[in-house]
Amino acid sequence: MNHTLRPEFSVISDWIAPGSRVLDLGCGDGTLLRHLRETRGVTGYGLEIDPANILQCVKNRINVIQTDLDQGLQDFDGDSFDYVVMTQTLQAMHFPDRLLEEMLRVGRQGIVTFPNFGHWRLRYHLALRGRMPMSRALPHSWYDTPNIHLCTINDFEQLCRDRGIRILERNLADDRHRNRWAARLWPNLLGAIAIYRFERRHERGRQAA
Amino acid sequence: MSKEFPADSVGLVSPRSLRLEQPLELDSGQVLPCFELAYETYGTLNADRSNAVLIEHALSGHHHAAGYHEGDSKPGWWEACIGPGKPIDTDRFFVVCSNNLGGCHGSTGPQSTNPDTGRIYGSGFPIVTVRDWVRSQARLADALGIRTWAAVVGGSLGGMQALQWSLMYPERLRHAVVIAAAPKLSAQNIAFNEVARQAIITDPEFHDGRYMDHGVIPRRGLALARMLGHITYLSDDAMGAKFGRELREGRFSFNYEVEFQVESYLRHQGQSFVDRFDANTYLLMTKALDYFDPAAEHDNDLSAALAEVQASFLVLSFTSDWRFPSSRSREIVRALLDGDKDVVYSEIEAHHGHDAFLMPIPEYLQLFAAYMDGVAREVGA
Repeated sequence: MNHTLRPEFSVISDWIAPGSRVLDLGCGDGTLLRHLRETRGVTGYGLEIDPANILQCVKNRINVIQTDLDQGLQDFDGDSFDYVVMTQTLQAMHFPDRLLEEMLRVGRQGIVTFPNFGHWRLRYHLALRGRMPMSRALPHSWYDTPNIHLCTINDFEQLCRDRGIRILERNLADDRHRNRWAARLWPNLLGAIAIYRFERRHERGRQAA
Repeated sequence: MSKEFPADSVGLVSPRSLRLEQPLELDSGQVLPCFELAYETYGTLNADRSNAVLIEHALSGHHHAAGYHEGDSKPGWWEACIGPGKPIDTDRFFVVCSNNLGGCHGSTGPQSTNPDTGRIYGSGFPIVTVRDWVRSQARLADALGIRTWAAVVGGSLGGMQALQWSLMYPERLRHAVVIAAAPKLSAQNIAFNEVARQAIITDPEFHDGRYMDHGVIPRRGLALARMLGHITYLSDDAMGAKFGRELREGRFSFNYEVEFQVESYLRHQGQSFVDRFDANTYLLMTKALDYFDPAAEHDNDLSAALAEVQASFLVLSFTSDWRFPSSRSREIVRALLDGDKDVVYSEIEAHHGHDAFLMPIPEYLQLFAAYMDGVAREVGA
């Protein structure tokens, strides 16, 4: 088991206010929630489908609920969390658009991370080698990948505009999880991992009123 | 001389009995002037009395949960989960399991003598509820000097008792482990119970529950009730895998004798049950199941019923359990989530049906052990 913290977790950790309530969708072995509990004093739950991960969550003393995220979040009432987090899971969902809306139904803000399919290395794979793209962030072959709904940064931001989702913060790291100036300049080309924090657009209206 | 027991067994155990002289007021309004609870304990209570775990038994269970009685070749009913190094680790926990009030294995029940009349209670034994059981177990805890359970643990009807503990005595348990249970019975569950009761009550040897006075027992009715119950404890797949359509003689004999292996198995289950269980107790236990509905006192709002819960929960269900399917466990989980309670929920892949909670299924035991390890660490055990 890998005990080192994924670099994107430290970005997420910086974004989360201490003492918040967090729901982690596809929480894996519970490392992020455990880190947030220990460093930010957050409470909340992890949702996970894989029994091996659930066992690790229990060992990490995380409140984990076995859940198929494709069934939605019907066990949770609206506005019951400060943040709903989903790392490297959006692209594996049957209905990523519906899940984004579910995230903002049960949480005040959403945080997602996903591999940017617009990254130059992936474009190179397809354009020049004529092969389905693979990379450090996308290590699977086309036939066994769980990633059925890959998107680019531009695709994601378009979806947010279409669904009334306001992006509050964006972090793009290259495929070694470094946030370089070049990735900031040409995000859709040089950003390998995208990290977003967002809320419902009408939230702003509500706050202003 | 002394028999060798497996290293991961608590080994030779013997039951004890506690007589409680304080009258117990029951949900039915009746009062038991005094009662006895048969129980067993395994492991050692630590100095600050913080490592006690209460095991709750299911419909046909009893206080002999683990280890071996003198001369027995079969261990207690939850040997898979209780013992040194097992999920409920007797090297770390002090484990208590009692026979429910109204039972037929040593606790006061229909086979006991009514002190008011000097006669055997029989059908005169008051109907008890899950709440009554928990009340009586709290008395046992008091007598054993246990203020707070590290965990109250049970499967099926036992899980319901663990849930009830967390509602009635929220400060007296740190954890509740609720396995293959439901927050109340469905109409279908009650229907199965009613058929089982009718099988017993309509047996000519039942004599309105006073069969002991007549020196008989309603064997056929009780066996039928058990056969019916047993079908609901197994999954279609498990039965198919075990028996299929296998014939004992290899061909049809065109009569109503036992032909299919599954018939033979069910008859054996029914017959052997009659030798170790009391029909009046079976009636009582099924009634307690039917009545269990903690949400009822809160306008059928389970979340409201669980609002005062302080315990952390482990809720487990099994994929092939159609008696209390995962959706029923999820009702409990949902209500706990509504109250921001600490809860872990997992649905274990298992083909055994409802009985899976008694089976040594590796994924189940690992998860259960990991959770109980956390409980032990919390209480310094």
